[in-house]
Amino acid sequence: MGVAHENFPAMTTRRDAVVAWGRKNSLWPLPFGTACCAIEFMGAVSSVFDISRFGAELVRFSPRQSDLLLVAGTVTFKQAPILRQIWEQMCEPKWVISMGVCASAGGFYNNYCTVQGIDQVIPVDVYISGCPPRPEAILDAVMKLQDKIDRPGAHPGPQFKVPEPKFNY
Amino acid sequence: MDHPTLLEKLNALLPGKVLGSTDRFGSLEVAVDRKALAEVVGTLRNDQDLAFDMLIDLVSIDLSLYPGWTGDRFAVNVLLKSLPKNHRLQLKATAPEDDPSFPSLAGLYANADWLEREAWDQMGLKFTGHPNLKRILNHHEFVGHPLRKDYPITRRQWLSANESLMDEMDVRLKTKGYR
Repeated sequence: MGVAHENFPAMTTRRDAVVAWGRKNSLWPLPFGTACCAIEFMGAVSSVFDISRFGAELVRFSPRQSDLLLVAGTVTFKQAPILRQIWEQMCEPKWVISMGVCASAGGFYNNYCTVQGIDQVIPVDVYISGCPPRPEAILDAVMKLQDKIDRPGAHPGPQFKVPEPKFNY
Repeated sequence: MDHPTLLEKLNALLPGKVLGSTDRFGSLEVAVDRKALAEVVGTLRNDQDLAFDMLIDLVSIDLSLYPGWTGDRFAVNVLLKSLPKNHRLQLKATAPEDDPSFPSLAGLYANADWLEREAWDQMGLKFTGHPNLKRILNHHEFVGHPLRKDYPITRRQWLSANESLMDEMDVRLKTKGYR
């Protein structure tokens, strides 16, 4: 991250590197849990798998206080404006993890009521496969996101599939 | 009460209302005219010997693709149970496509309110006399009724704004004396 000096207790670095280091190690997730993936997320948070090893243990239930939106579960068309509103209420910088196949692509709900992937509603940074994903997959996604925050040029930007759907609150 | 006795009792209690009956899979199914559905169910509920005090389910059926069926397009199955007498009964009524309406059971059973709203939302059956017949599962901007056989299952419809639900809240506030 920086260059340490031999006889001087300090090191030089870039300001954005320090800011990114702080951000990536203190992600505050907001679990947008709509289905069984949210139960799996509880397993990832609690002590056996322990997401706090990656600094993301402070789960907030207010979009104003969190910077990582973790969408865990099926999103219906009735729920889509709510998801969009919560994402818009979060302060910049913010990141989105799409957890599980339902949130990423609709899963096996290929029907009239399910959004076929939340990237039709909000931009997504990291996708997790699985139904539901193992806690290790969630930790892997958090590490991937940390790397993305650290080296923004090395990863693709947030994915957003369609022109923005029109919402009128 | 076993099924032959039950059917005998029904014929005595409601002369001319029982149009037909089948006893299969351990369940007695009785066909009634849809215009008389609420009257029949009310009689079954209030009778001392029958005492059907519980509405188990209200099922809507689209028979348009049913093999060998030439009758009306829509049907409603009303599943009743008596807790004190421990017997069950299925009532079946059909309605044609141009007038899919049934009398509402919401005045007889409290849970019929939401069951009929679901049947309206998913199948497009109208229940005359229902206090608040609006969509319950799909959003309010949804066009069509998705469980009908002619609805394409992957036709998706975006919702632009959330429903306020204040029309339901106002009723509850009034009953609690806040409004």
